[in-house]
Amino acid sequence: MTSPVAWDGPEGTVLPVVSAPATVLSTVGDEVDPADPAIVQLAADLVATMRISPGCVGLAAPQVGVGAQIFAVDVTGHPKAATTHGTFVLCNAKVIEASRWKAGREGCMSVPDLTGDVKRAGRVVVSAMLPGTGEAVEITTDAFEARALQHEIDHCDGKLFLDRVAGAHAIYQRKVYL
Amino acid sequence: MHELAITVIGPDRTGIVADVAEALAAVGANLTDSTMTRLRGHFTMTLVCTGPSSAEAVEALESLSGVVTSVSSVEPEDDRQAGGEPYVVSVHGADRLGIVAAVTRVVAAAGGNITDLSTRLAGTLYVLLAEVDLPAGSAGELAEQLAVAAAELGVEVTLRRAESEIL
Repeated sequence: MTSPVAWDGPEGTVLPVVSAPATVLSTVGDEVDPADPAIVQLAADLVATMRISPGCVGLAAPQVGVGAQIFAVDVTGHPKAATTHGTFVLCNAKVIEASRWKAGREGCMSVPDLTGDVKRAGRVVVSAMLPGTGEAVEITTDAFEARALQHEIDHCDGKLFLDRVAGAHAIYQRKVYL
Repeated sequence: MHELAITVIGPDRTGIVADVAEALAAVGANLTDSTMTRLRGHFTMTLVCTGPSSAEAVEALESLSGVVTSVSSVEPEDDRQAGGEPYVVSVHGADRLGIVAAVTRVVAAAGGNITDLSTRLAGTLYVLLAEVDLPAGSAGELAEQLAVAAAELGVEVTLRRAESEIL
């Protein structure tokens, strides 16, 4: 079954990914008009950049240098995923319910040399708008897709996983290079 | 650029980190990687910095009272270790002599490289946690060898994959 939120838009352009330190990664993104053609193009570019990056399961606008509340996610086939919604792009997303908190070690394309232990909800309800139609949606998900959504929503809010690391000894040199 | 490896150890007190960091900043020392923690009431700082000469750093730290310091010139090393599988070793049990020696010898014999390790003694409970890079495919055998060592020591040991998810 095709996910009701699945991305079905134009081809995008692959954009360079910004690494920390960068002001755009630490700035709260602007809310976007999901019907704006420029936002639809940005959505397509995020999907294109995510797909070409090995192992990438999510990418937010600040990571391509744009301070806007829009991100792409696709955790299809990931061993830690349970519920999945395919490839999708969300605008102005907010977590409205979060439960089943669990610690996990995560890294980020924009912080290529470090990982850190971060607690995330294992079940979330997220409200957002779809690019293009502007349709308001609520997504209920769990496990790895829930973690990915929280990570990307944090990017749109100017936060990196480094802002949520559990303690002084909970960051690590990243050991496995994709 | 040359690097300095510096250690500072002293009784813990409010402001000890600020005092050391200020003294080093005043001679242009740029702190790179460091770890600082309290070990049974002693505040310990181990850090690498660039900038000043060894003599300048020694002189800067001499102004601090009540601490033991050391300054050594070291060659810059590439600390990226691609390859290897990241694991965490956890050990806990009744304190006795030789737990760290026995456990780390087993890890080393398996070709495991310890990248981070800390121990805590809380009452009679001894806890060891280590981050280890293991040769590919060696974890199963190491887990068995650790179990043997743990049984001899009378402690519990677990070896688990330090999985990280890149988002």
